[in-house]
Amino acid sequence: MSMTQQAAAAVTTPPAPGPGTEKDGRTTERPLAIRLLARPEIGVFLGAVAVWVFFLISAPPVRDGGSMANILYQSSTIGIMALPVALLMIGGEFDLSAGVGVIASALTASMVAYQLSMNVWVGVIVALVASLGIGFLNGWLLMRTGLPSFLVTLGTFLILQGVNLAVTKLITGNVATDDISDMDGFSQAKALFSSSFDVGVVQVKITVVWWLAFAALATWVLLRTKYGNWIFAVGGNKDSARAVGVPVAFTKISLFMLVGFGAWFVGMHQLFAFNTVQSGEGVGQELIYIAAAVIGGCLLTGGSGSAIGPVFGAFMFGMVQQGIVYAGWNPDWFKAFLGVMLLGATLINLWVSRAATRR
Amino acid sequence: MNRTARSRSRKIAPAVAVAAAATLILAGCSSSSGGKKAEEEAGDISAGKADTPRMTVAMITHAPSGDTFWDTIRKGAEAAAAKDNLKLIYSNDESAADQAALVQNAIDQKVDGIAVTLAKPDAMKEVVAKAVKAGIPVVGLNAGMSDWKEQGLLSFFGQDEAVSGQALGTKLNSTGAQHALCVVQVQGAVNLEQRCAGVEKNFKGKTTKLYVNGADMPSVKSTITAKLKQDSSIDEVVTLAAPIALTAAQSVDETGSKAKIATFDLNKELISAIKGGSIEFAVDQQPYLQGYLSVDSLWLYKNNGNYSGGGEAPILTGPAFVDKANVDTVAAFAAKGTR
Repeated sequence: MSMTQQAAAAVTTPPAPGPGTEKDGRTTERPLAIRLLARPEIGVFLGAVAVWVFFLISAPPVRDGGSMANILYQSSTIGIMALPVALLMIGGEFDLSAGVGVIASALTASMVAYQLSMNVWVGVIVALVASLGIGFLNGWLLMRTGLPSFLVTLGTFLILQGVNLAVTKLITGNVATDDISDMDGFSQAKALFSSSFDVGVVQVKITVVWWLAFAALATWVLLRTKYGNWIFAVGGNKDSARAVGVPVAFTKISLFMLVGFGAWFVGMHQLFAFNTVQSGEGVGQELIYIAAAVIGGCLLTGGSGSAIGPVFGAFMFGMVQQGIVYAGWNPDWFKAFLGVMLLGATLINLWVSRAATRR
Repeated sequence: MNRTARSRSRKIAPAVAVAAAATLILAGCSSSSGGKKAEEEAGDISAGKADTPRMTVAMITHAPSGDTFWDTIRKGAEAAAAKDNLKLIYSNDESAADQAALVQNAIDQKVDGIAVTLAKPDAMKEVVAKAVKAGIPVVGLNAGMSDWKEQGLLSFFGQDEAVSGQALGTKLNSTGAQHALCVVQVQGAVNLEQRCAGVEKNFKGKTTKLYVNGADMPSVKSTITAKLKQDSSIDEVVTLAAPIALTAAQSVDETGSKAKIATFDLNKELISAIKGGSIEFAVDQQPYLQGYLSVDSLWLYKNNGNYSGGGEAPILTGPAFVDKANVDTVAAFAAKGTR
């Protein structure tokens, strides 16, 4: 919170030069607040705060702690996927199969466990292997063919969509998986992926904790490890990166596998939260993940971004989506409101970062 | 290149290890409850097979792929096809233009009969007229209650969406509900809007609409949760599809709201939810019957010249209510995914 006040003050006060001293502006260190504002995630942070304040005023139910928990839950299911998608985007690639990948993973786990009458953990592990495999395939195809990731993953997106439906129908005879909630291991897995705990009187979903933990981990990896440097390098300029000894193929393939891991995690959450999965779900979600990453300050062209930005990007998305309902606005306009609020928030983001980096 | 080859072999080793470990683990990991083993059940409906000459029937719907409701329609059509010794060509597309192209495709294949849904009747008019002109008998199902006669279809099998919505509205009057929330999972779908409008027409209390993103369950759940919180006077949630109803039950549970849940359409899990009491009742339009009857009627027309409804009246397959009183008789069929 203190950061907001600092930042807000910086916006309202003109950038006055230091008292009494006349120096050449080029060599002075710019004030801390301005330097903070220039970071890619600060713009989206302010945008998120603006949206939050807006709904605090216009939608009274948002002021309730339980509502915030609900908004955070919605944000977390987007945010957990937005993280690896953002890392991949910093690494210069897209994954359009991320949305259906979530459902593919949930279907795999559910069908393996149910059809073989196994402990559900067997399904969970097989699904993890399958999801990482899909990620590996995406990355491998990309490196092998040199095609743009847009095309490669559009292909896997369509393939997965068809496979999800056809295999589910082939194996279960239906288009949704069977209820696995009475099977061994279900309650343990539910505790890990889909439980909730009380903070005071408010029930918070465990996905929120995972989301923030993953974000912290991703930030550390990006900023403090060699692998993090590799991600920026392959996204900035692949050939220069290779020239200075960055393992480009390894970095890109592992990033796709990371998206696979995220899809697995969110897929498991959906499975253990809702007991069954419909095979047609998930289409369109990939764009929401990408949107959260872009709103969060990741460049569409790669080489720039952060892991914290997409956290606020996902929060903004969840906040707007639920805020409109809390405010009780005419539902016919829902999608239009969503679009306007997102555009507005992104503009604030852009304006802040321009204003902060201008000399 | 060397590097890639090496990293690939390095990838394969752990993968093999994981696979081997998994195989070992599998042996000791059977679930003692639930699962396929517990699903012991009778086979599909089978009632012999007709010895009439083989014929081909095309069924073309506006169904989205991977939807449990439409899968039941298809199962009904397949059951009739097996029984009547006919080859069924099933195809579907949500967009009216593409659905019309599929009908044209069936005409080109010179099929012996067409069963079609008229979700957007005006868009289908031209191609249906072509089929009729080509001498192919056409019947309607599910959507198109107001247009089938005018477009020259032989019969129509379905439920009037408005009528079923009204029936649900009337039923709510008797349960004492005051404020109903109608949850629409696809924005701008005509048949769904008709259901909500029907509820609103006959329900004496207040009806509010809510749009959710049916492709993303976590978002469905938090949106319903948000609405229940925003308006605490809601005491009835009306959903338009079974999976949405089950998710709504979780939202109601979490918010501690006193709202009851009524829904359109059934599936296996919904039946157990009605049994368990978390869902009050469901309006069943008997999709299996729609698929079965439309295909069977084409067979009858070809072999005996009969047509249901005499070309005048539609054949109504719903609304039928499923609640605690009759859920047990339906349960056995729903378990097979045919009800």
